[in-house]
Amino acid sequence: MFLFFLTSGLFLGWSLGANDASNVFGTAVGSRMLRFRTAATLCCIFVILGAVFSGAGTTQTLGKLGAVNAVAGAFVVAFAAALSVYLMTLARYPVSTSQAIVGAIIGWNLFSGSPTDSDALLKIVLTWIACPLLSGIIAVLSYKVVSFFILKLKVHMFRLDEMTRYGLLLMGIFGSFALGANNIANVVGVFLPVSPFEDIILWGRLQLSAAQQLFFLGSIAISVGVVTYSKRVMGTVGSGIFRLSPVMAFIAVWAHSVVLFLFASQRLEQLLVNLDLPPLPLVPVSSSQAIVGAVVGMGLLKGRHNIRWRTVAAIAGSWVTTPIFACLISFFFLFILQNVFQQTVYTAQ
Amino acid sequence: MSIASIFKTRTGIEKEIDSFLNLASESGLIFIQGMNAFLNNQLDYFDEHLTHIIETEKEADTLRRSIEDLLYRKTLIPESRGDVLKLIETMDALLGKFKGVMFRIEIERPTIDRRFHDDLKALNNCAVQAVEAMILALRAYFKDIAQVADHMHKVVFWETEADKASTRMQKKVFGDQNLGLDMKIQLRDLVKHIDGIADQAEDMADSLAIYVIKRSL
Repeated sequence: MFLFFLTSGLFLGWSLGANDASNVFGTAVGSRMLRFRTAATLCCIFVILGAVFSGAGTTQTLGKLGAVNAVAGAFVVAFAAALSVYLMTLARYPVSTSQAIVGAIIGWNLFSGSPTDSDALLKIVLTWIACPLLSGIIAVLSYKVVSFFILKLKVHMFRLDEMTRYGLLLMGIFGSFALGANNIANVVGVFLPVSPFEDIILWGRLQLSAAQQLFFLGSIAISVGVVTYSKRVMGTVGSGIFRLSPVMAFIAVWAHSVVLFLFASQRLEQLLVNLDLPPLPLVPVSSSQAIVGAVVGMGLLKGRHNIRWRTVAAIAGSWVTTPIFACLISFFFLFILQNVFQQTVYTAQ
Repeated sequence: MSIASIFKTRTGIEKEIDSFLNLASESGLIFIQGMNAFLNNQLDYFDEHLTHIIETEKEADTLRRSIEDLLYRKTLIPESRGDVLKLIETMDALLGKFKGVMFRIEIERPTIDRRFHDDLKALNNCAVQAVEAMILALRAYFKDIAQVADHMHKVVFWETEADKASTRMQKKVFGDQNLGLDMKIQLRDLVKHIDGIADQAEDMADSLAIYVIKRSL
């Protein structure tokens, strides 16, 4: 029964794979710098690795926001988020899975009467603002440094093309890992408190925790999304807001991946704590927000008139409507599942 | 797509483009020497230079085809591929024009009075210098984009000088009472043919100016 309810999480994973893989490899494939098959294969491998081995950090923060304590409730929460993502995708907006799942969890909190941890919520919402800003700043600084060295070293056009190709490949790999690590919590995080899995040891050496097994299933769903649906999205990414050069595309993916990594790495958090520095919160941030922030940052650097502000405003608008929309859908379907299908969508505490 | 193959291909195409531009530059020098040989009535030397420029043009054609093939088959520089192909093809056409002028001389064997030699040599020099400046601009486009403008203004300069030399010579030709109309028209066509080389170099520089803007990092 658990696996049946998990299908909504897998649907969400599929949507995430179909959409967010384009943030990582879209510019490279769209500009024909990389073949789709190469991009999709690498994306799948590294999303799975990132999710299984580095996905725990953001899941804890999402768990604090609202611990969905009934499997049917988790099903609806994931389904509401997936439906929001799917509908926003139909409207052709770079949608945030993180916002959708947060909205859906709050919908469950409202329905079940559970309190929403305002600290956790504030932390998450602040990262929605910080994520595109930070990504934009990293992109602008990186672009300045990279373009300075390219001009200084007088890199041949074909050598630059070669380096950009490798750069996009490496950044795509890094981005896929960061995407898996940061966003797996969105896909199956709500199922963690109700998961029946137990820790297992493979081949007598490799220990896989219950969470990692769940993350593995989620990341497989993401991979299926990447392979089956991301090709057409990848083809249209890269020129919607501002036309990117291959070097800019590389920088955009780099900035996006760094931001996702910063908000997902437990080791980095530990390192900052050890150095008596304030740690960054481990929060599932939006891959789409990060890429849009980077593109707008570089667009501003090249002159404001280069940016299609109407598109940017529409995208920013969807960042506000997505969590609200997901919250309403979640609340509505929880009501339907509880009262029409007589399912327990929450356990009273 | 293996890592090694990408590396090899890229090194190969860089060399091929360099070799192609070397041939374009050489063809200008062969043209000057061939024309001087003709004006000095050293027809054997002229024939040698004509054979040399035919071979150079053939070699450049082979390189151009190989460059085009590599660019498309390996999907290199997808953003600038069309621009680079157009530049290479135009440069190949310029090379063909040098050969064309020498063939014209070979076929028509015009009688060029000594009074016109200096003007014709000046015109030849301006056309070759315009193409040479264009080749340097093109090399900069591939390697050091900030330097392209430094070479492009020289293309414009030599094209203007070629126009002046062409006008000066045509005025002299048509002002000469001893020349028949047939000779005048023959020399005018020759002068226009040579001046056309500098004109095409300038058109290429105009296109390159746009491609430089498009190729911003």
